[in-house]
Amino acid sequence: MTVIAPNSAETLADEMLLRKRGPLRATLDFCRRKPLGTLGLAIMLIMFAAGIFADWIAPFDPEDNDFNAMMQAPDWLHVLGTDQFGRDIFSRLVFGARTAMLVGFGAAGVGGVIGLVLGVASAYFGGWFDLVFQRVLDVLMAFPLIILALAVVSVFGTGVFNVIVAITIPLVPRCGRVVRASALAVREVPYVDAARALGFGHTRIVLRHMVPNVVAPFLILLSAFVGQAILAEASLSYLGLGVQEPVPAWGLMLQGSAEDYATTAPWIAIFPGLAIVLTVLGASLFGDALRDAIDPKLRDR
Amino acid sequence: MHRYIVTRLLLAVPTLAGAAALVFILMRLIPGDVCVIRMGAGGAHVDQSMVDLCHQQLGLDKPMILQFLNFLWSYVTFDFGTSMWSGNPVTHEIALRLPVSLEVAIMATVIAIVIAIPLGTISALKENTWLDHVVRVTAIAGIATPSFWLGIMSLILVLNISAMTSGKPWMPPIDYVPLWQDPIRNLSMVLLPAITVGYRYSAVTMRLTRSAMLEVMREDYIRTARAKGLLEQIIVNRHALKNALLPVVTLIGIEFAFLIGGLVITEQVFNLNGIGRLLVQAVQNQDNVLAQALVMLVVAVFVVTNLVIDVLYAWLDPRIRFS
Amino acid sequence: MAVRLGLWAAGLGLVAAVAALPAEAQTPKRGGILTYVIPADAPPSFDAHRETTYATIHAAAPYYSVLIRVPPDNPASTTEFVCDLCTEMPTPTDSGKTYTFKIREGVKFHDGSKLTAQDVATSWNYIVFPPKGVTSARVSYYEMVDKVEAPDDTTVVFRLKRATTAFLPALADPYTWIYKKEILEKDPHWYEKNVMGSGPFKMVAYEVGQSIKGERNKDYYHEGQPYLDGIIGIFADKQSVRVDALRADRAAIEFRGLPPSARDQLVKEGGKDIVVQDSDWNCGNILTPNHKKKPFDDVRVRRALALAIDQWKGAPALAKIANVRTVGGIVFPGSPLAATKAELEQMAGFWPDIEKSRAEAKRLLKEAGAEGLKFELLNRNVDQPYKFVGTWVIGEWKKIGLNVEQKVVPTGPWFSNMRAGTFDVAMEANCQSVVNPVLDTGKYLPYKVYPENYGGYDDPKSVELYDKMQTETDPKKQREDMRAYEKHTMDTMVHEIVLLYWYRIVLARSYVKGWKISPSHYLNQDLANIWLDKSP
Repeated sequence: MTVIAPNSAETLADEMLLRKRGPLRATLDFCRRKPLGTLGLAIMLIMFAAGIFADWIAPFDPEDNDFNAMMQAPDWLHVLGTDQFGRDIFSRLVFGARTAMLVGFGAAGVGGVIGLVLGVASAYFGGWFDLVFQRVLDVLMAFPLIILALAVVSVFGTGVFNVIVAITIPLVPRCGRVVRASALAVREVPYVDAARALGFGHTRIVLRHMVPNVVAPFLILLSAFVGQAILAEASLSYLGLGVQEPVPAWGLMLQGSAEDYATTAPWIAIFPGLAIVLTVLGASLFGDALRDAIDPKLRDR
Repeated sequence: MHRYIVTRLLLAVPTLAGAAALVFILMRLIPGDVCVIRMGAGGAHVDQSMVDLCHQQLGLDKPMILQFLNFLWSYVTFDFGTSMWSGNPVTHEIALRLPVSLEVAIMATVIAIVIAIPLGTISALKENTWLDHVVRVTAIAGIATPSFWLGIMSLILVLNISAMTSGKPWMPPIDYVPLWQDPIRNLSMVLLPAITVGYRYSAVTMRLTRSAMLEVMREDYIRTARAKGLLEQIIVNRHALKNALLPVVTLIGIEFAFLIGGLVITEQVFNLNGIGRLLVQAVQNQDNVLAQALVMLVVAVFVVTNLVIDVLYAWLDPRIRFS
Repeated sequence: MAVRLGLWAAGLGLVAAVAALPAEAQTPKRGGILTYVIPADAPPSFDAHRETTYATIHAAAPYYSVLIRVPPDNPASTTEFVCDLCTEMPTPTDSGKTYTFKIREGVKFHDGSKLTAQDVATSWNYIVFPPKGVTSARVSYYEMVDKVEAPDDTTVVFRLKRATTAFLPALADPYTWIYKKEILEKDPHWYEKNVMGSGPFKMVAYEVGQSIKGERNKDYYHEGQPYLDGIIGIFADKQSVRVDALRADRAAIEFRGLPPSARDQLVKEGGKDIVVQDSDWNCGNILTPNHKKKPFDDVRVRRALALAIDQWKGAPALAKIANVRTVGGIVFPGSPLAATKAELEQMAGFWPDIEKSRAEAKRLLKEAGAEGLKFELLNRNVDQPYKFVGTWVIGEWKKIGLNVEQKVVPTGPWFSNMRAGTFDVAMEANCQSVVNPVLDTGKYLPYKVYPENYGGYDDPKSVELYDKMQTETDPKKQREDMRAYEKHTMDTMVHEIVLLYWYRIVLARSYVKGWKISPSHYLNQDLANIWLDKSP
């Protein structure tokens, strides 16, 4: 809405610096200057690893009911206890990380890329396309997300894929706007004009010249989206429309247990909540640090 | 300036029409039917003749395109129809729920402003100190917590604390009384939800205040002011904060617009009979007329808020007006 | 004035017996206001004749009278019915086809006018034979009724098409409120938005979507009742709110039923301030395989689905976490017509040896070429107990190598998927009010006879067995016929897989007295006999 276009020259300068220093040096530098961001990165990496290697890490099958071990407090066998159906909570959390990463990165990635393409195209072509695109974004921005999500889930059902679609739709306009604003700023830059004068195709100009210039704000946005998507899944779960049993998913684990077991079997309610908070926190901390490092002028939202 | 406002107003029309089309299509895409839900949800027999009768009474037997045109035309004439579920005029249904939602939204906004702006400013001025880190992590934790979890846990916390201190567990009332009828009962109901909403809200606002302040403090005129030897306090209050607040005010405006109708989960957790909860009910009951009216209300609030913000910007910054 | 409907007795099974009133340890106290939570959003209307949701009952039943009902002092009985507006339970004449009720004199509507047999007969006629343009939800439920008449102001006569044991329980349906004739005839939709009956309470205020308030009806015809000065029902859709409200005494009782987790929590925190009443519930989840979709057209596959589920072990385990408890067949376990454990064990899915049962399931799947079958279980977006039961059966099916995904959708799409036949297997519930096995089991008939069966099968044999059972008036023979119908439905053809019966757990503050639990959350909701044991 009111994201102010970043000064592209400064962005470029920062990026140049980043490139010159080499990736390893730059990373080390980042860690030294941004301790909170590093913590965030570490959390994200751990969750990512948990998701990928879930089959090896989890000691139990996350979907196996065991009525002989219902609602057991944490002990050496079940380190985080068991849930209502006697399933190992640690195993469900580890596999839940896979779902969370799938939903988080899936929704952020898909939503981001669609937003990126549309935003850049809108800025590049301008005119009618831009005008129409802007109105479509307005509609999607103003529209109550809950109806979109309810519609997607009611029509297609509640599989992980459908949940990702439901969460992705509202992300597109938000990304589209930011990218469009950033891209508008580079459209008038001499080298784009020059490229146009040389008769290069649209695709080439957009891909070679405009896209690289909006990468910085785009990446920052993406890191914020990952956290938002994970939270959105939890909210959908509260309404009963998120990922469904028996698939292990944090929002789902929290939804039933927060109401039922907060005081009688708190381990069922606490750990999935912690997993969500920690991961979203990590994504946000990392995103903030990334923003500060790449582009101090870009404001959030 | 007038021309700018008129242009912006005209641009709002396609947005509203687009939203109308979208909600109309979505409501019909969702499989199901208000008549069947009403007759069958209790597990009783659903007579097809009764369903047909119900369709006929609600106008659901008419062709889609006619229904859509009726919907658009009725809005042009400011007739918003009657709820398919309860048979009450939708204006009546909405008017009953609006006060609660407005009250929570206003209180949450006040809480957010009171917390966010001072903390954000301090955090920016003390950048990278422990104070900054603590404030930021607290803020991000506010954004990172699922709102229903925060609501449920805060209720349990209040119950447990009151049980421990007085021996009798206490929770906010679960039925709404207007402010003017019983202020204490009203406030004790609205305060807790307002705080949980306000926490998240102030976290978002605080982060923006901080980054806006950081940015402004690096501007040339601040450096000039410093060079002139002005007191730091005057620099912050007079120059920096004033400029940094522009985007913050924008954000507050947009957030506020979102809270009207956006408090779906908070209203459920605290049993507030508000707009957000009504929206979910309307969609789940497939009450097309009510859902359409609510969506149009939410979209209109959003459009108007943005319009006001943009006009404000144009007024403050002539470059926008003439570009 | 109570009549026991003994199914083993001769003739129509009616034996007059004065039921001993259970001696109440304390005499009821007058006064006080009861605040209760209604676990739903606002009902679409207050017209019980057209609505089917319990939200209408819980909100407005205290304002109305009915002709007969389950005994308020012993609502757990599945065979006993007593008068509300009538003076005496009639003995049917005309070989069981005519019931003549004498109506109480001196009953007044809340507007002061007299209630007569004309009002009763007109209300019933609107329920059974709604005029054009009027919606009634129970037309097919009363298909045995031929005529309802009021020959004079104190007599109502029901003439039936045939004698049936299903009639009297059906007559006690809690939705059959008595409206005023004059109003109904002037505007049949008036009762949708207005409340005006002759019940123990008079409505004072309704805040849409939020609360409904009533005050004591001083002219109430049952001696000494109601005990309360007033009632406040607060709509609270979310379970956590209701549990918290009971704990903080913002509400004194919730009448529908809360899950075991809520009971454990409240008893732990509230101690002696909370009392629990529980009962089997005349509701149960059932699985409907879509016979029109391959491979569910194959009885071997359907049988394997049933055989995989360990009901006997699942019941006590699930009872710890969900609103279910008792293993049963197509008839409510508390009814004399229900199957015994030994009878159940003869049917697929109820074998005592689960290993044998699962081995047979695997063999059948292999034989049908459906090993490792992957399909979707359509479920309704209701936590208790739909989703819990869904998670359980998916886990059971996994044990015979089936890969099942749960597709959970809100009520609207859930219905429309079932009606359109766009599902593999659907989780449904057969949930009824008055225990009336003869009508309740109609749910298992093919859709041509019973349109709300979504299995999509045609089966003349099933209809034949049902008809034999429902026209039988000798209780012993009827019980045998019911077994044959049950065995055909659940074992031979496996048209439907009957899962656990629900379990109703009602939690209240311990000062709430006089109210007794019944097998249905629709029953015994007029609150006339509730009193509060606390100093005002």
